[in-house]
Amino acid sequence: MRETIEAAEAALLQPATIRRQDVDRALGRLAAAGSDLGEAFFQNRRSESWTLEDGIVKHGSFNLDRGLGVRALSGEKTGAAYVEDIRPEGFAQAVDAAAAIARGGGGKKAKALQAQTPPPLYQADNPIHGLAQKDKVALLARVDKAARRLDNRVQEVNVHLSLGFEAMLVMATDGVLAADLRPMTRLDVSVIVVEGKRRERGYAGAGGRRGLSTFSHEWPEDLAKEAVRGALVNLDAVDAPAGPMPVVLGPGWPGVLLHEAVGHGLEGDFNRKGSSAFANRLGEQVASPACTVIDDGTLPGRRGSLTVDDEGTPTEATVLIENGILVGYMQDKLNAQLMGMAATGNGRRQSYAHQPMPRMTNTFMQPGPYEREEIIAACPKGVYAVNFGGGQVDITSGRFVFSATEAYLIESGKVTRPIRGATLIGNGPDVMTKVSMVGNDLALDQGVGVCGKEGQSVPVGVGQPTLLIDEITIGGTSA
Amino acid sequence: MRREVDIRRQEGELRTLAAAILDEAKRCGASAAEVSVSQDLGLTVKVRKGELETVEFHADRGFDISIHLGRRVGSASTSDGSAGAVKETVARAADIARHTQEDSCNGLADAELMAKQPPDLDLFHPTPLDTEAATAVAQACEAAGFAYDKRIVNSEGGEATNSQACTIYANSHGFIGSSISTSQSLSCVLIAEDGNGMQRDYWYTADRNPKLLEAPEQVGRTAAQRTVAKLSPRKVATGECPVLYAPQTARSLAGHIIGALSGGALYRKASFLLDSLETEIATPQLRLFEQPLLPGRFGSAAFDSDGVRTSEKAFIDAGVVRSYALSAYSGRRLGLPTTSNAGGVHNLRLEGRTLPAAALFREMARGLYVTDLMGYGVNQVTGDYSRGAAGFWVEHGEIQHPVHEVTIAANLKDIMRRIAATGDDHDQRGNLIAPSILIERMTVAGNA
Repeated sequence: MRETIEAAEAALLQPATIRRQDVDRALGRLAAAGSDLGEAFFQNRRSESWTLEDGIVKHGSFNLDRGLGVRALSGEKTGAAYVEDIRPEGFAQAVDAAAAIARGGGGKKAKALQAQTPPPLYQADNPIHGLAQKDKVALLARVDKAARRLDNRVQEVNVHLSLGFEAMLVMATDGVLAADLRPMTRLDVSVIVVEGKRRERGYAGAGGRRGLSTFSHEWPEDLAKEAVRGALVNLDAVDAPAGPMPVVLGPGWPGVLLHEAVGHGLEGDFNRKGSSAFANRLGEQVASPACTVIDDGTLPGRRGSLTVDDEGTPTEATVLIENGILVGYMQDKLNAQLMGMAATGNGRRQSYAHQPMPRMTNTFMQPGPYEREEIIAACPKGVYAVNFGGGQVDITSGRFVFSATEAYLIESGKVTRPIRGATLIGNGPDVMTKVSMVGNDLALDQGVGVCGKEGQSVPVGVGQPTLLIDEITIGGTSA
Repeated sequence: MRREVDIRRQEGELRTLAAAILDEAKRCGASAAEVSVSQDLGLTVKVRKGELETVEFHADRGFDISIHLGRRVGSASTSDGSAGAVKETVARAADIARHTQEDSCNGLADAELMAKQPPDLDLFHPTPLDTEAATAVAQACEAAGFAYDKRIVNSEGGEATNSQACTIYANSHGFIGSSISTSQSLSCVLIAEDGNGMQRDYWYTADRNPKLLEAPEQVGRTAAQRTVAKLSPRKVATGECPVLYAPQTARSLAGHIIGALSGGALYRKASFLLDSLETEIATPQLRLFEQPLLPGRFGSAAFDSDGVRTSEKAFIDAGVVRSYALSAYSGRRLGLPTTSNAGGVHNLRLEGRTLPAAALFREMARGLYVTDLMGYGVNQVTGDYSRGAAGFWVEHGEIQHPVHEVTIAANLKDIMRRIAATGDDHDQRGNLIAPSILIERMTVAGNA
């Protein structure tokens, strides 16, 4: 896609009167200063959001974020400088500041730039322009109307639409020249229902790297329905149990389990440094043989997908765990180089003002042989958890948590009463060996995931089929 | 590399930019407008295993404009201060305002509430952005950690940061105010290992004034001490017991309480403390208050993000809710005056029946001492609380062994009524300032 590179240069360099040759010269300087890798990253991101509360669209905002980041890598050292506007003077200063770290060992040369042109995984159309302003307002109103019509216990409806479009251009001394034009759409619905003294919230959201026109016509109503359903279920929730027990996780978003239990621990940086509970365990059994876990940045239009990562490496489907055996890590250029491995297209940064590091894209587990009903029936007493809020992991000890927002008791192999939200806690390498049944119903999430690491947030996807975990600790109040 | 920077030199330019943005807003037909402009300059240096790992310089500028067209409002922000970007951004905000719907609660805060003569809060203590000096400090910190115990086998590094910020807020009442501040921090993340696996922990020091930072060696030693103490943890049996929050974990409780008393949660009916004004919600000794005008602190501010002058106030006194935390907008929604909390609280402090920190262990006798919390299992609508925790098991008022992989759960409404005592050991490093807090009982989930 040479057009992508041309479009990105037109959006990022030309208005700033920076020419390709200027970047070439800067890369030459970074190489001459002794960097193993010198890199210039330019980015321009426009986003717009609209909020509905109390039945009216009362707020909207627009953001334009533009800047450049320069990096110089030298062994394990990184020099980096960020400037919030793209201009020749700022660029030159950033190059100076970044180059200062690469002392000694000078005299390297930058390779000639070679355009990376994998086929794009999403349309290069700006979602902000995909719909007239009044139609965006009308879309939010449809959600509100649908939610209120569903049930008279619906008291509050909050709807948020966000649309974004990003152009990025990266050039580096290893010859990489790549660009990407990245759309993003997201619609969130949150409702509060009231019955007597009980008050509960329900949430639904969906999105992806695609424009509004690619979603189904009933999208707003479907989300409203899902948010109201979740809230009404929780009106009847009883106290959650406390202690270790079998848990059946539903398909799709509960894949946040994989993101926390194994995903972060398999990022290259933690393994290079030996700080992950999975470090030095390649080739070992780290999960039950029923588990095959993949990180795949190439799924068209998904929230976690990227045509190229932020270092210009094309994304791929990286097998992390195959039949329970640890077979791969997710890598950016720095950690791949230091570990003698290949970059896997997982080098991501929140923005020009952050450093790239190994990050997940869309992480999911391959399906197994079982029907969902079989899995639930195999669990005489436990919990069936179908929806979750966020999670967190301590990659060194392997401890992780994730919090259920919709869950039910399983009694005598049947799903019975809903329970109040509770946190599940376990140890990644340990819990993965307790996955005893894997369903045939693999689903990916709806496209709202955000992953935080060292202060940087990036959009990600998760997914899994229905799973039975023989034992994990549930943090309810009913001991 | 050493850069002598003084962000005060850019204050004039930023004020001019703020005024130009307001002028542009007026040209676009705004009946009222407000803008905040900020500039940040900083350095982050990270060392790992004694070697320099990262040097990062950043220079961020941005502005955020809200345009009011009668009772409609639209906002826009950008990192680009060029004339072209100002025009585009303001036009975008105006365009959005034209498409939003009228809300009678919109509008600037009243003109007479503006912080006309803001006091100097002693927030600016600049030192040069010096990579060598920062590297030396981070190395000394990490080295002290490694030297503390041979079981410290690895490190995620020592990190020193030094930054300066200038923020201008201006609105069409003619108000313009600046806040100029510095911030320095030093942190260290260490990894210890024994026959039962690896554990990590960290410590940090942060202040606006570099002279008040803890010594680098002290930070490294504390990080090491905390990390080694976590080795060979056990789970504990599931059941109810007292829970003692260490100050660095207790601050999150203060955050949940003030979150439920904030205007946004209240007018959206998304709070477990709806209609709680003047009602008793906590143990009689509980006091939750803010001190915006304390000199030199992280949360100090002479005006809130509506431009309203701040003042000291209690949100909870003697266990009774005395005030919500309101902006001009959320105040109007609730039929109450603003409490100068647009954008949040300023130096929020929690106090209870205060005992020396050591006495809290004796008072608890037997239970869980929590030094780490994990995850987001807090429901602000219902108050349901269930989080991952790690810490130590206490018997006879003495620490017995490290504990991991447990959860602690209760409802926040009950937690507030079960605050038995608090310590004299407030963690001063941020905007939420809490001491150790002893909760009479919570459900701990661990072993069967």
